[in-house]
Amino acid sequence: MNSMNQSITNEVPSEEEAAAGVAESQPTDTVIEEGKTVGKPFADNAKFSLRDVEVFYGESRAIKKISLDIARNQVIAFIGPSGCGKSTFLRCLNRMNDSIDICKVKGSLKLDGQDIYDPKRDVVELRARVGMVFQKPNPFPKSIYDNVAYGPRIHGLANRKADLDEIVENSLRKAGLWEEVKDRLEATATGMSGGQQQRLCIARAIAVNPEVVLMDEPCSALDPIATAKVEELIAELSESYTIVIVTHSMQQAARVSHRTAYFHLGHLVEVNETKKVFTAPEHELTESYITGRFG
Amino acid sequence: MQPANLLLLTLVLAVVAYGLGYARSRSLAMPLGGIRHLKSLPFYYGARAALWSGIPALIVLGCWAAFQGKVIQLIIIGGLPPELIPETEGQASLLLSKISNVASGALPAGFVEAPIAEAAERLKALREQSRLLMSALVVSVSVLAGFLGWLRIRPRLNARSQVESILKWLFFACAALAILTTVGIIFSVAFETFRFFGKVPFTEFIFGSQWSPQTALRADQVAAEGAFGMIPLFTGTLLISAIAMVVAVPVGLLSAIYLSEYANKRVRGVVKPLLEMLAGIPTVVYGFFAALTVAPFISDLAAAIGIEASSQSALAAGGVMGIMIIPFVSSLSDDVINAVPQTLRDGSLALGATQSETMKKVIFPAALPGIMGGVLLAVSRAIGETMIVVMAAGLAANLTANPLETVTTVTVQIVTLLTGDQEFDSAKTLAAFALGAMLFLSTLLLNVIALKIVRKYREQYD
Repeated sequence: MNSMNQSITNEVPSEEEAAAGVAESQPTDTVIEEGKTVGKPFADNAKFSLRDVEVFYGESRAIKKISLDIARNQVIAFIGPSGCGKSTFLRCLNRMNDSIDICKVKGSLKLDGQDIYDPKRDVVELRARVGMVFQKPNPFPKSIYDNVAYGPRIHGLANRKADLDEIVENSLRKAGLWEEVKDRLEATATGMSGGQQQRLCIARAIAVNPEVVLMDEPCSALDPIATAKVEELIAELSESYTIVIVTHSMQQAARVSHRTAYFHLGHLVEVNETKKVFTAPEHELTESYITGRFG
Repeated sequence: MQPANLLLLTLVLAVVAYGLGYARSRSLAMPLGGIRHLKSLPFYYGARAALWSGIPALIVLGCWAAFQGKVIQLIIIGGLPPELIPETEGQASLLLSKISNVASGALPAGFVEAPIAEAAERLKALREQSRLLMSALVVSVSVLAGFLGWLRIRPRLNARSQVESILKWLFFACAALAILTTVGIIFSVAFETFRFFGKVPFTEFIFGSQWSPQTALRADQVAAEGAFGMIPLFTGTLLISAIAMVVAVPVGLLSAIYLSEYANKRVRGVVKPLLEMLAGIPTVVYGFFAALTVAPFISDLAAAIGIEASSQSALAAGGVMGIMIIPFVSSLSDDVINAVPQTLRDGSLALGATQSETMKKVIFPAALPGIMGGVLLAVSRAIGETMIVVMAAGLAANLTANPLETVTTVTVQIVTLLTGDQEFDSAKTLAAFALGAMLFLSTLLLNVIALKIVRKYREQYD
């Protein structure tokens, strides 16, 4: 620990902590070198390649020089204590931070080699390729059918009603919901249970046939049975989609992901194979977190 | 003592009772080892004593004030010599006002007959006695009841639940008062309306297309028969309200959408208060704006393109009324749109929908019941609006759908029927009540329909 303290950069930890709004239970004597990530942050078959990403909320810096590759058709889990910036970072990947006026993103973020934050980039096309599932199930107050058909209708994916029906059925099947709802497609989605709603949101996201699905704590509002179903679904989806999942449950990260990234105070501390992170973490902060010493 | 002063005194006594009750509960609690051995907090014992002292006194005061006039009148009339006792109610009230004028000194006692002057003296004395008696009674009731309440304070007394239940009844009384007032208004309007229908047939009023309420005031006067067909008034109201809504709903709704979805915080902070300022302008100012600026402009414009338009038009009144109503629609819609959860917006945007697609397909449908509510509120505002119409649309009851002609509305006719010296049993005056009743019924119907619609959509979208 002392050797680490000597490698302190120009950071002032107390200020950074205040800015990131982090709980006080963090070990403050460990300091992370900015932009330095232990483990294996880079991959050969990168879907996303992100270099020196910084995110500012007004004056405060929520993400500090993060570099990371997200590999194709893999599940990567973002873990870390509350306020560590993992959700902020996730929302950069489909530019959901755009709607926040004071939020500024710097650095190079590329999807298949194309800059995500290029001013000429079509956000609609980006979001069609990078779908998202949110923390709380947020079905539209419409019928189950209309919820799933929403994206395909906007993007003109179906020419005929029959095509649309097929897309809806396929998406619901992939989300493991078809058998439960096939007889009541016209019922309102808000009448479903929480777990069903969340799987509907996943079906809605994959109905536009995205390449990547971002999931922001998708199970935090669900009971264990519904959580198990969603996790099963994630495992199935990982065969054809690249999935990025933010989670507070380390067991979940261990169960569903191939790689795990540990965030701390806006830094990306460690990235590695999930098994490696949970059995032999290299960084002591990662170790403290996964052994439950804080967070 | 004057009733107002007496009211103040009862309040003071109640406060004193509160203090004494509070003190007594504390002093009872001290030997037991602190207020935690009381059944309730000292505040509740104090409040209970205050309520005991205040409420009976107020009831006595209210009853006395309500009935003393009538009782004194009966005594005075009963004391008159038999030849003066009035036969009809009209005579009685004339006589009583004469007596009370003498008593107050407005009419010198020398101008009237001796028995009346005598009665006036008695009236004065009775009033004085009544005041004294009332003061004594109210104060003693207050003190006695307060004392009883104070005396019955025991550590085991559950003052909290007693105060709660008294407060519950007080709140209920307030709610009942509002309802009773409404019922009273309905009955008084209904009564006069029935009298009107005794003079003018119901069917003529409902289906008549002619409105000219000029009737002869005296038998020897030469005047028109008077026509009481409400159709032109209601079509006028509908025409003007429709024009107003055509202006207000799109502008208000779209500005609400702009404010809630597109404008950044700074713009919103400036534009929203400015827009709401429109609601603060007195309607009479809108009225002369409509009459002196908009109406001439419209008639000039119409003349320029070769259409005939009168100098006062439904279009001018309706248009200006629409501008007046914009803030109602925009402010209410803005609130409703903002209340739609952010997660729905995010969900739609994350699927690649544009902002306007999100608005159109997700937010607007979800906010629709609330928006409908705002629009219907605006409609009832438009129907009830009078001043702009008086000034800019004229008084002529034309049955027309042409917005360039002068029309009149129900509310304007009610005003013109009831202003100035009126006989209270002529059909002309009573027509105002009939119109009011019809207006009330139609807005009631509108509200019922609105509630139905809102409920239907709510089932679909919640």
